[in-house]
Amino acid sequence: MFRKQPVFVRNLTPKEIAAAYAVPLSSLRDPQTLAERTKPGHENWLITMGVCTHLGCVPLGAAEGEPRGEFGGYFCPCHGSQYDTAARIRKGPAPKNLEVPDYKFTTPTSVTIG
Amino acid sequence: MSFPWANEYTPTHPFMQWLDAKLPLPRFVYNAVGAGYPVPRNLNYFWNFGVLAGFCLVIQIVTGVILAMHYAANSDIAFASVEHIMRDVNWGWMMRYAHANGASAFFVVVYIHIFRGFFYGSYKAPREMIWLLGVVIFLLMMATAFMGYVLPWGQMSFWGAQVITGLFSAIPIVGNALHTWLLGGFAPDNAALNRFFSLHFLLPFVIVGLVILHIWALHIPGSSNPTGVEVKSESDTVPFHPYYTAKDGFGLGVFLVLYCALVFFFPNYLGHPDNYIPANPMQTPAHIVPEWYFWPFYAILRAFTQNFLFIPAKLMGVLAMFSAILMWFFLPWLDRSPVRSARYRPMYKWFLWVLVVDVVVLGYCGGSPAEEPFVMISQIAAIYYFLHFLVILPIVSSLERPEPLPFSITESVLGRDEQAALGVPA
Repeated sequence: MFRKQPVFVRNLTPKEIAAAYAVPLSSLRDPQTLAERTKPGHENWLITMGVCTHLGCVPLGAAEGEPRGEFGGYFCPCHGSQYDTAARIRKGPAPKNLEVPDYKFTTPTSVTIG
Repeated sequence: MSFPWANEYTPTHPFMQWLDAKLPLPRFVYNAVGAGYPVPRNLNYFWNFGVLAGFCLVIQIVTGVILAMHYAANSDIAFASVEHIMRDVNWGWMMRYAHANGASAFFVVVYIHIFRGFFYGSYKAPREMIWLLGVVIFLLMMATAFMGYVLPWGQMSFWGAQVITGLFSAIPIVGNALHTWLLGGFAPDNAALNRFFSLHFLLPFVIVGLVILHIWALHIPGSSNPTGVEVKSESDTVPFHPYYTAKDGFGLGVFLVLYCALVFFFPNYLGHPDNYIPANPMQTPAHIVPEWYFWPFYAILRAFTQNFLFIPAKLMGVLAMFSAILMWFFLPWLDRSPVRSARYRPMYKWFLWVLVVDVVVLGYCGGSPAEEPFVMISQIAAIYYFLHFLVILPIVSSLERPEPLPFSITESVLGRDEQAALGVPA
């Protein structure tokens, strides 16, 4: 929880990281690389707000067994926005990628948001 | 203003004479909804719905004020206070069901009232101002209904607030700051709940004020009628009381039967089970939909899934949803046909029915999940909706050859009008 809103923390698999890099930037609505959305050395830790950039629902896909949409990231059930493995918007009405909050690694295994 | 043959208010009791001299309130009522208001003699039951809408507003205010005595606008206990109303407060369940279903009944009545306006061309000169005020009332009703739905602080309340206030974040540059300012936080919380409660209490009284203006503006040209032919002589009208008080009274009885059936036998039919789960900011309900009366506009909002030129899909959806209603402000000037009633407009009549079907289809899609085929159907139906107003209506009103109008209301009722026989110019 950050600012009374959910935060998604995801440990990406090498396959998911590769999938995120395989997407040409020019095809994205809000072009960003996975490296820009994670911290150096911690590229497998994708930390984003769990708030759809369309109208603010909590997308599905953070928990085991929830639908993750066509792109293997997150799927917002409200209006059908789909995010990829870097939580970038790929399809649906949302204008932007899931927001990455300000955070830093205080130790290799803990993170402070805000 | 009224017609020159309107009955004059003449109080006989000395007290009423005294009151009339000091504050002519009874005279005002007499001229508004009494024997002093001459009304076309041929009004059908569609003309009941204005009075019914006013009655619904009264139900909502009376039940609402009582509910407010027991409700706590605090995000920690709001949900519990609603359950307290349902279980502990004497007749609280009835007040709440009457209020929640009263909102639905209000929208049913108002949608029929609006349809009456579309079908019989009530929005045309000289009644444009009545129409414009009506659209404002409708917008305020939607705002009031939305904020009221947030108050029980269930899952649908919370996520409805999140999604609808999220509409404002679509505005370029200032959107996000405006969104935070409106909510008093980054997400709906106690601050938002309190301001929604305050406004939900205030707006109905603003609506009352506008309804008074709506009726005032109505009484300048007088009521429209199913032929769309203006009143020409005294034989075209009857006094509002007792003729239409009786007719409206009958309609009110029928309305109350249906309304009570809903309140007492199907009180949760139009609600969502998710709203009996307390608000949880961590989890969005799987199938989030607004109340049924917002569905057509919600479908238009969701119809935009691709960026359009340089406009993002999100902004486009929001603009389309708002313009779907704001367009109604221009209706009196988009429809250029001098004939008011669709009875005499062979082309317009059919296009209007197609529009009705189109809105029902949009409504169905708006209540369905955001997946195919509903997205595609919403897109087509939304395009048609805008085509109707911006293209079809102006073209039809210039191409169409209307059927001959009756000489007068009297002729349409009796089959003949002696004034027509006398050769009085139409």
